[in-house]
Amino acid sequence: MSALQQYIDLYNEHRQLVNGHAPQALNDLRPAALEALQGATLPAKGSEDYEATDLDAIFAPDYGVNMNRIQFQADQLASFSCDVPNLSTCLYFFHNDIFVPGRTARMNPDNPVVVESMVEAQQRHPELLKKYLGTLADLSKPEVALNTLLAQDGLFVYIPKGVTAEKTIQVVNIFNASQPLMAVRRVLVVADEDAHVRILTCDHTQNPDGQYLSSQVIEIVALKGATVDYYDMEESTSGTARVSSLFVDQQEGSNVLVDGITLLNGTTRNDFYVQVNGENAETHLLGMAIEGGTQHVDNHTYIGHNAPRCKSNEMFKYVVNDNAVGAFAGKILVKPDCPRVEAYQGNRNICAAPTAKMYTKPQLEIYTDDVKCSHGAAVGQLDDEALFYMRTRGISEDQARHLLMQAFVADVIEGVRLEALKDRLYHLTEKRFSGTLSLCGVCGSTDCSKHDKIK
Amino acid sequence: MNNAQDKIPAPQQRDDEQILQSAAQEEYKYGFVTDVDTHVIPKGLNEDVVRLISRLKGEPEWLLDFRLKAYRYWLTLEMPTWGHVNLPPIDFQAISYYAAPKKKEDAPKEIDPEVKKTFDKLGIPLEEQMRLSGMAVDAVMDSVSVRTTYREKLAELGVIFCSISEAVKDYPDLVRKYLGSVVPYRDNFFAALNSAVFSDGSFVYIPKGVRCPMELSTYFRINAAETGQFERTLIVADDDAYVSYLEGCTAPMRDENQLHAAIVEIVVEDRAEVKYSTVQNWYPGDKDGRGGIYNLVTKRGLCRGYRSKLSWTQVETGSAITWKYPSCVLRGDYSTGEFYSVALTRNCQEADTGTKMIHVGHHTSSTIVSKGISAGRSQNSYRGMVKIAPNAAHSRNYTQCDSLLLTPTSGAHTFPVIEVHNDTSVVEHEATTSKINEDQIFYCNQRGISTEDAVGLIVNGYAKEVMSKLPMEFAVEAQKLLSVSLEGSVG
Repeated sequence: MSALQQYIDLYNEHRQLVNGHAPQALNDLRPAALEALQGATLPAKGSEDYEATDLDAIFAPDYGVNMNRIQFQADQLASFSCDVPNLSTCLYFFHNDIFVPGRTARMNPDNPVVVESMVEAQQRHPELLKKYLGTLADLSKPEVALNTLLAQDGLFVYIPKGVTAEKTIQVVNIFNASQPLMAVRRVLVVADEDAHVRILTCDHTQNPDGQYLSSQVIEIVALKGATVDYYDMEESTSGTARVSSLFVDQQEGSNVLVDGITLLNGTTRNDFYVQVNGENAETHLLGMAIEGGTQHVDNHTYIGHNAPRCKSNEMFKYVVNDNAVGAFAGKILVKPDCPRVEAYQGNRNICAAPTAKMYTKPQLEIYTDDVKCSHGAAVGQLDDEALFYMRTRGISEDQARHLLMQAFVADVIEGVRLEALKDRLYHLTEKRFSGTLSLCGVCGSTDCSKHDKIK
Repeated sequence: MNNAQDKIPAPQQRDDEQILQSAAQEEYKYGFVTDVDTHVIPKGLNEDVVRLISRLKGEPEWLLDFRLKAYRYWLTLEMPTWGHVNLPPIDFQAISYYAAPKKKEDAPKEIDPEVKKTFDKLGIPLEEQMRLSGMAVDAVMDSVSVRTTYREKLAELGVIFCSISEAVKDYPDLVRKYLGSVVPYRDNFFAALNSAVFSDGSFVYIPKGVRCPMELSTYFRINAAETGQFERTLIVADDDAYVSYLEGCTAPMRDENQLHAAIVEIVVEDRAEVKYSTVQNWYPGDKDGRGGIYNLVTKRGLCRGYRSKLSWTQVETGSAITWKYPSCVLRGDYSTGEFYSVALTRNCQEADTGTKMIHVGHHTSSTIVSKGISAGRSQNSYRGMVKIAPNAAHSRNYTQCDSLLLTPTSGAHTFPVIEVHNDTSVVEHEATTSKINEDQIFYCNQRGISTEDAVGLIVNGYAKEVMSKLPMEFAVEAQKLLSVSLEGSVG
């Protein structure tokens, strides 16, 4: 039986159960998802756009799905270590795929910002949910269709017209289960006209021996003049796989920043699809991966410029060590009749061990002449002369390497538009390079010997 | 050729549409047809046709076996569709796979005067004394080689330069040893097809330590209608040898598309060097995209030896559809691969071209410089791969691919793939896409240079890095070709 079929069968057998717990807006999407999955297979390694990642193998283990919506326990205290000093956030959790508002979640009751589970949203804002949910997710991708088929709940964020969400919305995804489990997570963010919002999510696994898979579909709608910052950080374990697809729709004059950071993980495939549909929109797509052991990170990006006078800026950096595999593919497309587009894409990578592997595929597809587009990709090593310089100043080789690598990833961190988070990221990457980054400090295991020290 | 400038109105009256039109009407000056008695076998492809081609060429048993194996394998394949080109399904039964200008029965050794005239017209005189000294030519019309010049002179040095059919007869061991060793028939759909039905092409063997004293060149001409050209070129440079090889091609103007599916294989041994230059000027089709050649070619070189070097230089201005990736497999330690390309597409032309650099040996290095120029409604893509194998320690690659867009309706695309499997190699890739800098045009205008000429100047400057890699005679030709092709294409 194919990896995909087991989940389709599961849905068909328990259709009532799945639909029973889920909001109507999600249930409405399922027939189309089911149809899209008819005869579909998950791409295997080597197929187009999946050169380095075997999606079929990721979904192949018999993961359980929490159909009965059992409330898992998770150590929320652990999230203290995800706390960003000097940053006051509204905190929410997903225990596996169950939504739990945190202590600080209660925003000012007068605050018009909506942050709630989709089940709640179905009661309070059914029209919004119906209008936006599933409008961006591309069901022709089997992993997205599968998520749509099985998702029972999710996070809904809505910022009304002209409103600025004062506090950063922080969402902590925690895996903690005794059985192999697939969490089906769904996020919908709608920033209405001239609304501003910052969202920070982080993925953690509390049980280091557990086998987990997170299937995520994130939809971000930025209407005219809206600003959305979406920071997505993964600090999980080698037993955790993640398949995430993020879709962005940008309207006129909107400004969207998406930052995907992978510090610790098992196997990760992140897809970022950005459709720039309005003039003068600005897109910043940043990413970083620090890999050791057998970590596998594959980031796939697509920025479609469907309107004139837009700007996009993309930068992904990888440090790949040990037996880790890094993969990046980025496409920038400029449609006909979209003059004055400026699009830049960069991908810089360091292979730090003889057995490390890096795949990169930067692409440009340009159908009009009045544009400025460029891309650059490089795979290399740390500068020997710089290392030598530091050694002559009495800095140990290890330390010198860490410093250089820290400097290497700095321009991705500098792209972060939140000072407090920037400091935090410098701190986390430093810990990651020195091998002392445990799983969120106090949460879960501190057994970081699994993740070999980046030399 | 008609003077294209007559058709172009004075600069101040021009509007975009007129300019586009005049660019489109630019005539293809090699579009004539030679009226020569041609032996064409019936259309269609099956085992009997493969056997017939082999018999017509008087081939040994092993080669027929090779063809049949390739044919049977081809039957199991489907035509690939991954290219960024709109290649319609090709009816392989509607093509004749062998066409040869008939030889006079009374004087079989002599070339038909019509054929000779054709090559004279193309600037490829077949008489040695008329030829620029320093270049030997193998002239191929449709499926056969009509003449190879300077054979004897080259033979004195031990250099073998002849058509591949002659090589099969005269040097069977060499051909058998190397044929299919770089591009096996299982390589891809068109390689399998070519291996089954290939006709003429050139065979070059440069023995140990010989530096070939003249440029070797092959000129390919398609003449007969409803045929395809499936030539096969094999170049072997033994230890310490050097050769510079040029390839040129043209075809008549016809409304239907014609298929050209060639294979070029190059083997470079220890410290040897091969320079392979192409000026591709197949008929590109008319302004509405009717007709033109489908140029679907597999070219690959194997740098087998220590410190061997292979350099590809190509100027692509013709063909309705170009789909080719001259590649280097850098197996020898310290070997070097180079790829310099200028691809110009106009009207409805589509080009998907680039290279593969496969680094296998340690301390191997490669350089890729690709310049794309798109005008009219054409689509121009660079597709490339740089792969550094785990054992290719201390390897180095530098890739630069720039695209210049001349009209709002044209497209330029870049699809590079980089794979690095060790920690001592450095790979760099840079690509830019933009239109011609208006400041530069303004600067030229100020100094009394028309916009048209200014564009020509800028484009020539842009392509210079590649042009300078071409042998002298070709560089002049290519530069002319580029400026002729560009006339009137300013948007």
